[in-house]
Amino acid sequence: MSQAATQPAKTKGTLAIYWAASCGGCEIALLQIDAKILDVAGAFDIVLWPCATDGKVRDVEKMADGSIDLCFFNGGVRTSEQEYMAQLLRRKAKVLVAFGSCACEGCIPGLANLNDRRSIFDTVYKEGSATAPENPKDVRPQPETQMPEGTLHLPVFYDTLKTLDQTVAVDYYLPGCPPEAERIWAAIEAILAGKLPPRGSTLGLATTVCDECKRKRNEKKIKKFYRTWQIIPDEETCLLEQGLICCGIATRAGCGALCPQVNSPCIGCHGPNEGVEDYGARLASAVASVIDSSDPDEIERIIDEGIPDPVGTFYRFSLAGSLLRRKSKKAVGNGVGK
Amino acid sequence: MKRISIDPITRLEGHGKIDIFLDEAGEVANAYLQIPELRGFEKFCVGRPAEEMPNLTARICGVCPEAHHMAATKALDALFGVEPPTTAKKLRELFYSIFYATDHTTHFYALGGPDFVVGPDAPPAERNILGVIKKVGMDVAGKVLKMRRDGHALIKMIGGRAVHPNWGLPGGVSKGIDETQRLEIEARGREAVEFAQFSLKVFDSLVLANTGYVELITGDVFVHRTYNMGMVDAQNRTNFYDGKIRVTGPTGKEHAKYDCAQYREFVAERVEPWTYLKFPYLRKIGWKGLVDGEDSGVYKATPLSRCNVADGMATPLAQAEYQRMYATLGGKPIHHTLATHWARLVELLYAAERWVELAADPAITGKEYRTLPSRTPTEGVGCVEAPRGTLTHHYATDERGILTRVNLIVGTTNNNAPISMSVKKAAQALIHKGQVREGLLNRVEMAFRAYDPCFGCATHSLPGQTPLEVTLRGPDGTPIARLSQNV
Amino acid sequence: MPDETFEPKIVGFCCNWCSYRAADLAGTARIKYAPNVRILRVMCSGRVDPSFVLKALASGADGVLVAGCHPGECHYISQNYKAMRRYHMLKHTLAGLGVEPDRVRLVWASAAEGQQFADAVDKLVEDVRRLGPLRWPANWTEDGHRREAIAGMAKEHEEAMEVLP
Repeated sequence: MSQAATQPAKTKGTLAIYWAASCGGCEIALLQIDAKILDVAGAFDIVLWPCATDGKVRDVEKMADGSIDLCFFNGGVRTSEQEYMAQLLRRKAKVLVAFGSCACEGCIPGLANLNDRRSIFDTVYKEGSATAPENPKDVRPQPETQMPEGTLHLPVFYDTLKTLDQTVAVDYYLPGCPPEAERIWAAIEAILAGKLPPRGSTLGLATTVCDECKRKRNEKKIKKFYRTWQIIPDEETCLLEQGLICCGIATRAGCGALCPQVNSPCIGCHGPNEGVEDYGARLASAVASVIDSSDPDEIERIIDEGIPDPVGTFYRFSLAGSLLRRKSKKAVGNGVGK
Repeated sequence: MKRISIDPITRLEGHGKIDIFLDEAGEVANAYLQIPELRGFEKFCVGRPAEEMPNLTARICGVCPEAHHMAATKALDALFGVEPPTTAKKLRELFYSIFYATDHTTHFYALGGPDFVVGPDAPPAERNILGVIKKVGMDVAGKVLKMRRDGHALIKMIGGRAVHPNWGLPGGVSKGIDETQRLEIEARGREAVEFAQFSLKVFDSLVLANTGYVELITGDVFVHRTYNMGMVDAQNRTNFYDGKIRVTGPTGKEHAKYDCAQYREFVAERVEPWTYLKFPYLRKIGWKGLVDGEDSGVYKATPLSRCNVADGMATPLAQAEYQRMYATLGGKPIHHTLATHWARLVELLYAAERWVELAADPAITGKEYRTLPSRTPTEGVGCVEAPRGTLTHHYATDERGILTRVNLIVGTTNNNAPISMSVKKAAQALIHKGQVREGLLNRVEMAFRAYDPCFGCATHSLPGQTPLEVTLRGPDGTPIARLSQNV
Repeated sequence: MPDETFEPKIVGFCCNWCSYRAADLAGTARIKYAPNVRILRVMCSGRVDPSFVLKALASGADGVLVAGCHPGECHYISQNYKAMRRYHMLKHTLAGLGVEPDRVRLVWASAAEGQQFADAVDKLVEDVRRLGPLRWPANWTEDGHRREAIAGMAKEHEEAMEVLP
C-alpha cells in the first residue's frame, strides 16, 4: 500500500470508526486528509468503519476488552442501539475520541431536544392522518414487531439526544462540524507520536474564530441585528459589526474562519472555546454585550426584532451538551416560550 | 425460523440491518431491511428562521450536504418569492455539477465499486477503498484521490467549506467567483471530464469484460421492473439542478411530468412498524405491497432511473455513453439494478461536461449574485436531483420567516421499497439449504449498494399529508396560479 | 396548581457593594423575609455569567435572583448595564427552553434598601412557589424499555450473526 516498501514491518494498531446519530460528514472529513489516509491504513488495521469497510458489530463484540487501540466515535446518542455501541466501544477501546460536533456537544440533531419522541413521531408518522388515507391506523415504529417469520426489533428512540460523554467516559474531544482536515491530521499525528495532552482534553486550538478572521474590526455598537437575507454585507468589515449574528466571537478556532470568507457569518460549528462550559450562554452574553443601549425597552425591541429564535441561534450546535441540555418536557408542544 | 442478521450493512451512508429468515429447508422465507435511525429534522426545524435551512438540512447528510443546501436554497427562493440573478443560478448549477462529479466518484471507488474491483467474495478486509487502491495501483488511485481532492477544494473555494458549505441564500448566493478562480475551476473541469472517461474505461475493463460480473448485472437476481423518477429539463434531458419531475412506467411510458410544487399529488407514503423509514409510492397507482409491475406504485429514483426517464443527456460525450449503455443492455428502460453503477458513471461524465460548460461561460464571474427579498415569506417548494434520487424541500413560515411547517422527501427515501425488494430477492436467489457464507451475504448487500443509499438522508424525516397552498409567481412576482390541496 | 408545602430553592447572586449590603441590612434590621434564597456574593452583578444561572437551574434550583446596584450607581461604573443586557438575552433564551419567565429575576437594590431587598425576595419566592418545583434534571430521564433493549442487543447478535466465512 505505502510507497515506502523498504520500511521494516511495524506492528499495526487497531482503529474503529463508528457513527451514531450522525450525517456521515465526519467520515468524509476523515477522507479529506487525502493521501494521508494511506498513512493511517499503514499504522492501523481498521476493524470497524461501516461507511467504508465491511467489519460487522459481531467482530467487535468478540474482541477482548481494551484491545482496540483507538476509536473515533462520531454522532450523538439518541437510540438504544447507539447507546449499546457507545458502551461496547468504550469497553473495547483503549482511547475513545468524541469525533466531531455531534459526539462532543450534540450538534444540529441535538435541536431535537426542543421536542420529544411523541411530538417527533406525531409529526413524522401521524400528522395529516386525519386528512390522509395513508396511515389511518396511526401505525408507528415499534421496538418489537411480530412478523410471520419471527420478531423484528427496532432500537428504542429516546426523548433526549445525549452527547458521547453523557453516555460513557470520553478520553479526547475533536470538535467541528465536521472537524477540518488539518485538525484531524494533527490529532492523528499526536496519537501516533504518543504526544497527547491529559485525558479529557479537547484536541484543538485555544482561541476563537475571530483570531483567524481577516476582516477589519472596529468598535461594535449594534442598534439592530439583521437576518442574513436582509442585507448584503461589505466584504472587508467584521460581520458582527454590520449587525449579522456572527458566532465567531464565541466559537473555537480551527477552521481558518472559512464562512466569513464567503460572506457568511460563522454559525458556531466548532463549539466553545477552551474553558467554556455552556456555549450558548457564552455566545448570548457576547452578543448582548454589543447591543448599543441601556434602556430596557429598547434592548427588548432589538432582541425581539433581530433574534427571533434565540435557542436556535445560540445553541445551534450545542444544545444537547449545554447545561440545561433540552427544552423542558412540560413545555414541549404546549406553546410555552417560543 | 432461523434468523441471520447482517448488522450493520456497510459501504453506504447511514444505518441499516438486514434480517434474513430461513425456513426448515434452509430456504429464505423472507428478508427485511430495517432502518434503525431517525433524527426528526422536520420537527425540530419548526420554529427556526427559514434562512437557516441550507445549513440545518446540510446536516441531514455529510456525503451530500450540497444537495440539501441547494434544495433548501431553491425552496427559500420560492418561499420569499424572489428570483436570483442569472449569475447566481449559473454559479449554483456550477457548484452543484462539481459536487455531483465528486460524489459519484466517491461512490464508485469507495462505496459500491470495491465489490467489482476486488470482487464480491474477496475477504472483507480487502473489500474497501484501501483494497481498491492496492488492486489498481497508486497510478490509478492517485487519479481518484486527485478527483476528490480537486472537487472538494473547489466546493470549499466557492461555498466556503469542503463539507457543509455555507453559501445559499434566498435570492442568490453569498459570494461569487473572480476570473482567477474561474480559470482554475475550468481547468479542473477539463481534468474531471478526462477522469470520467477514464472511469468508464475502468468499468469496461474491470466489469464489462468480466463474464461473471456481466452475468450478475444482466441476470435475474438483481432485476425489478418498476416505475422510475427523475428531473428533466424542457427537452426531457437529465438536469440535476432544475426542471420538472418525470415519472415513467416499467415499459417506459410516461406516467406523469410535474412541477415539483405539485409533488403531493403524485407521491404518497406508507408507514411500517418495523422500520423508521417510510415507503413512498405513486399515489395514483396505489400501494400494492413490495412488488414489481405496472400496477404497483413502487418506483425507483436512481441514476439509472434518471437515464430511463430522460430522452438523453444534454452534453455530447455523456450522450454517446448513454446511447452505448442502452445499446449494450438492450434498450430502454433498463431494470437491472447493478447497471445503476454504469449509469452513475455516465452521469459523472455529464456532470463534468456541464461543469466545464458553466465555468467557460463568461457571465459566471458577474458581480450581481444576490437579489434581496422584498416580499413577506409564506410557503415554498424547492427540488433538485440528489445523487441518490429526487430531493424535495417544502417550507411554510409565519410573516417573519419563522418556519411553521417542514416537509422533506429525500433521495434515498424514494428507494426504500425497491431497495427492500432487491434485498429480499437477492437473499432468496442466493441462499439455499441453509448455506450461509459471508460472500453470499455480501452479494445480498450489493443489492442495495447499487442504489448508493443515504439512509441518514432518508431518515431525517417526515412527509405528511399537510394542507398545502402554493402560489406560482411569474418572473416579476405577480401570482399567476394558485394550487391547493387539503385546504 | 400551587403546592402549599413546596419550599422553593432559590439561588441568589448579590453584588458586594450594593445588594449584598442590602441583604446584610435586612438581617441586622431583623426584617423578616422568606429564607429560601441561598445568597452568593459576587463583586459585581456584571460578574454574573448567564451560565451561572443555567448551572443553578440544572443543579435543581427552582429560581434564580440576580441583584445589583441601581443603573448609574455601579461601583465599577457601568457593569450593571452589561448585566441588564445579558439578563434580557438570557430571558429570551430561557423562554425558548420552557423555563417560565418568573423564575429568573434581576433586581436593583442599593446598600440602604434592606426592606426593598426583602420585599423583592418575598415576591420572587411566592411567584416561584406558585409555579411549582422546577426539578430540571428530571427532564433528562428516559422512559421506555431502554435498558432491556440495550441488554437484549448482545444476545440478538450472538444468535443471529454467526456465519461461515
